[in-house]
Amino acid sequence: MPPTAYHAPETIEQAVNLLSGDASARPLAGGTDLVVQIRSGRAAPGAIVDLKRIAKLREIRREGEGFAIGAAVPCTALKDNAALAAAWPGVVEAANLIGSVQVRNRATMAGNLCNASPAADSVPALVAAGATCIVVGPSGEREVSVEQIPAGPGATSLKSGEFVAEIRLPGPAKGGSDAYLRSIPRTEMDIAVVGAGASIALDGNGTCTAARISIGAAAPTVLLVEDAGKALVGTKLDDAAIDKMMEAVRAACNPIDDKRGTAEYRTAMAGILAKRVVQIACERAGGNS
Amino acid sequence: MSKIHVTTTVNGDEREFLCTPGQTLLDVLRGELGMTGSKEGCGSGDCGACTVVLDGEMVCSCLVLAGEAQGRSVSTIEGVAEGSQLHPIQQKFLEHAALQCGFCTPGFIVAAKSLLDRNPDPTETEVRYWLAGNLCRCTGYDKIIKAVMDAAAELRQERTAA
Ligand SMILES: Cc1cc2nc3c(=O)[nH]c(=O)nc-3n(C[C@H](O)[C@H](O)[C@H](O)COP(=O)(O)OP(=O)(O)OC[C@H]3O[C@@H](n4cnc5c(N)ncnc54)[C@H](O)[C@@H]3O)c2cc1C
Ligand code: FES
Ligand code: FES
Repeated sequence: MPPTAYHAPETIEQAVNLLSGDASARPLAGGTDLVVQIRSGRAAPGAIVDLKRIAKLREIRREGEGFAIGAAVPCTALKDNAALAAAWPGVVEAANLIGSVQVRNRATMAGNLCNASPAADSVPALVAAGATCIVVGPSGEREVSVEQIPAGPGATSLKSGEFVAEIRLPGPAKGGSDAYLRSIPRTEMDIAVVGAGASIALDGNGTCTAARISIGAAAPTVLLVEDAGKALVGTKLDDAAIDKMMEAVRAACNPIDDKRGTAEYRTAMAGILAKRVVQIACERAGGNS
Repeated sequence: MSKIHVTTTVNGDEREFLCTPGQTLLDVLRGELGMTGSKEGCGSGDCGACTVVLDGEMVCSCLVLAGEAQGRSVSTIEGVAEGSQLHPIQQKFLEHAALQCGFCTPGFIVAAKSLLDRNPDPTETEVRYWLAGNLCRCTGYDKIIKAVMDAAAELRQERTAA
């Protein structure tokens, strides 16, 4: 069944009312997942609630030391915000690995997150960065960590009528930076076989003071691997600490076997990508200390 | 099902149409508006044959709902030439034989123009990355890249001459 209504509300309140008043309604951001799914029959929303006419959802704001990114901001606009790109280069790069320029001019990070693919490229970077979401709905507003949104492939923890209004990134830690890498057979236009994100902070002596490691396409949802971060904190990122971090990443993996890669390959690569993103984040952090 | 009434600007002209909530901008351009230059290669965002410029940014019109075009500005391949005067990118595609069946060509030209409008002097690598969302099954891409590089050089010359 094709959708029977298209709404373009101009306020968050109108969008909440439209979504909570109709169980078959779905939010539309860039449409680069939703329109494809409607056309292939994988999704059949009764009504479409386009979030892109809500001015507040189209802006990137400073929020204290950090940033608030509206749910309708396309990935290419993230690159154009110099302060954001300097503070969170890994997040901005991850979002700009998605699809082609045509796709990134429409695709949003909130849509990437709420589509809930385990291979979504911006999500491991957001999780590593410690990003949160402002979720709005019929019972008001709540703030949840990004890793709490996906519940399984294609499923989220959002309740009926709720949607993500913005994604918040903290200010980067002193001496901190981030990175994201994915493994794909070509350089553009492909889905991650496995991906890894890291956010690392170093003190003046090169001792790691904070570390968050996440992996994508290695389990039914993007994972925050807390043990991997713990293996690095308090060390100078010597080989033994890196090995322990990689071991924690591999232990957290629970991937599928499919045409893109075997479970064994994904598990091994997750460890290797985690090592590489830690190295890149550290090089970047060195420049920030 | 009630139809949506949309008023939008296409290649500088105000156009009106009726569409269903699920119809795409590509469907309406090719159907209701009779502008068949934009092609449907895949309908899923993969091939770029449907590329148009929406409010200054290139997008796949197969992934834009027609209702979203209300009050927006759309530029298509039909607006690239000035009357019978081909745009330098179009001329260079002919000179370099950068097309065989031609199905991908409108999308490549709209995408290449979008690049050269903002970056008059791209490197070959920049051109290749920018056009990564446009697929061609015939040419092997090399002639397309050469045509775009050559068109960029000519446009730079025209600019300095002007
Ligand atoms: C050719 C092509 C290549 C692609 N390549 C990649 C890739 O390399 N990496 C990658 O990760 N993805 C890729 N994708 C998938 C897609 O582009 C991304 O997942 C994108 O970020 C989705 O964002 P969107 O704004 O277009 O979401 P939409 O399609 O608008 O929405 C996606 C889903 O999330 C819901 N939703 C949207 N916004 C919200 C919100 N604010 N709150 C609650 N729910 C919401 C929608 O109802 C829908 O279910 C590709 C897609 C295409 C067509
Ligand atoms: S038809 Fe739109 S990208 Fe292929
Ligand atoms: S010329 Fe045939 S697809 Fe490009």
